[in-house]
Amino acid sequence: MDLEAEFERTVAAEHRVEPRDWMPDGYRKTLVRQIAQHAHSEIIGMQPEGNWISRAPSLRRKAILLAKVQDEAGHGLYLYAATETLGADRGLLTENLISGRQKYSSIFNYPTLSYADVGTIGWLVDGAAICNQVPLCRTSYGPYARAMIRICKEESFHQRQGYELLMTMMSGTDAQRAMVQESVDRFWWPSLMMFGPPDAESANTEQSMKWRIKRNTNDELRQKFVDMTVPQAEKLGVTLPDPLLKWNPERGHHDFGQPDWDEFWQVVGGNGPANAQRVAHRRKAHEDGEWVRAAAAAHAAKRTRTKESAA
Amino acid sequence: MSFDNAYESLIDQEDAHWAFGTGFTESLAGVDRAVPATADRADLFAYCLMLGDDALVLSQRLAEWCSRAPELEEDVALANIALDLLGQARLLLTRAGEVEGRGRDEDALAYLRDEREFRNVHLAEIECGPLAGGDFATTMARLLVFSSWKIAQYQRLRAFVDPVVAAIADKGLKELAYHRDHAAQWVVRLGDGTDESHARMVAGVRRVWPYVDELFTADPVEQRLDVDPAAFRSEVDDVLAAVFAAAGLERPDPVPAARVNGRAGRAGVHTEAMGYLLAEMQHLHRSLPGAKW
Repeated sequence: MDLEAEFERTVAAEHRVEPRDWMPDGYRKTLVRQIAQHAHSEIIGMQPEGNWISRAPSLRRKAILLAKVQDEAGHGLYLYAATETLGADRGLLTENLISGRQKYSSIFNYPTLSYADVGTIGWLVDGAAICNQVPLCRTSYGPYARAMIRICKEESFHQRQGYELLMTMMSGTDAQRAMVQESVDRFWWPSLMMFGPPDAESANTEQSMKWRIKRNTNDELRQKFVDMTVPQAEKLGVTLPDPLLKWNPERGHHDFGQPDWDEFWQVVGGNGPANAQRVAHRRKAHEDGEWVRAAAAAHAAKRTRTKESAA
Repeated sequence: MSFDNAYESLIDQEDAHWAFGTGFTESLAGVDRAVPATADRADLFAYCLMLGDDALVLSQRLAEWCSRAPELEEDVALANIALDLLGQARLLLTRAGEVEGRGRDEDALAYLRDEREFRNVHLAEIECGPLAGGDFATTMARLLVFSSWKIAQYQRLRAFVDPVVAAIADKGLKELAYHRDHAAQWVVRLGDGTDESHARMVAGVRRVWPYVDELFTADPVEQRLDVDPAAFRSEVDDVLAAVFAAAGLERPDPVPAARVNGRAGRAGVHTEAMGYLLAEMQHLHRSLPGAKW
């Protein structure tokens, strides 16, 4: 039997590919790259929000934020585990991250400058992430799809928490309302960039669509995100900073302006406002923990030897 | 719940319950919240602050590890412990406010008291890593000592004069048992692991050891409420001795840090680290008076 033809049939029939199934090398590599980047994004994403845990303005908000950042560590763990089902190694992937060989979502290269950013990240950034990730619950690779189902549930919880924070702040003082608007102004365009470059410039989309790893194009998802966000912004009482944004009854969608793609490529290329800081932080945590991991391994090895000699 | 639309149900369900709410009535359902007539109100208020501040301040310190732990699993675990302690602190400070009867809630007590009004022990506030002042071994040494001490304290508090504090202690015990187990496992791993980890574990225990004596020194409030911690010192010593033995560590000689005119954390006299901790924790809340969070 032709393995490749069988694989193509499985994928085309919307059946799941499982770890022991034969798969083309390109499919495996694409998946490892995509899942690892997603895992890295969760781990790097702990930093911009973690930045506010110590200063959270109420104990309830502190608990919500700490639990959220903890969830992100958990998501990173599931996703690294999914890459391991494809033969990848978590240690090597971490090396790829801290050496800059693999990327993570560029949104986390923007700084968090006020507590409203915690809410805005929940509402817009997690919202955009959910738009990107919901279709992945039906992605062709089984372990990834199953991890995404759990992750999407938790992400949508985070999104509601973020929106609720912004709603509460909008019902507070003028200074708080201004803080929310300023935060939305800063994060709107980077949120639209989260869907990736326009379809015409997206290198990986076509093959990934064919393999059912990716289910929608960047531009389709971006449109969906804008359409869903506009009524939310109205309800919240904030303005989205795009003069071209308006409903187009003929298309049944909102028209909107384009993000600054030069800035996007600059940030993707490593020159964003916080790229160096984010990677250095992760590298330091990893290197500072080296002696702990070595000690745990040495202790486990000693115990195994003791048990073996007793047996 | 369907996930085809990320914003589905975002507008319609504005109940506060899903976002942790206050949760207090659930976890302590059925407990009589009337302040017991047999206890002195001022003493009971002060004691709730002592217990609440211990938990809040150590939670603040442990959360500093977030995104800095040696393994992702440990990031999850440390955040979990910090969350447990934060939950205990919220219940205890809320109770303190009720007992005081002047309308102060958990946030008024956490954010609007000055350093001298905080009554936590020094062990909770000192820097033990990841920032200056220690490392992962020091953090685990502190957590082991703190949780072993708290367990003994909470076990007795289950029969405390205030039923609310008794219920909080009862609930907290299960959490603290996990914290102590987690810390003990790491102390053993690090004590036994490599030469470097052993040396760091020895240094970590030495770093926290001067702060142990304060844990068992009764404040006059504790004496009047009949909760003298000296009563369970030997019990805690036994637990620590068992862990140190398994870890191949020697217990340092007791060298209690001198007090300041006889006073320490319980009397509101803190280490220099405390001012910075509070400056960071309270800054945002204080800079926007009247804000809603």
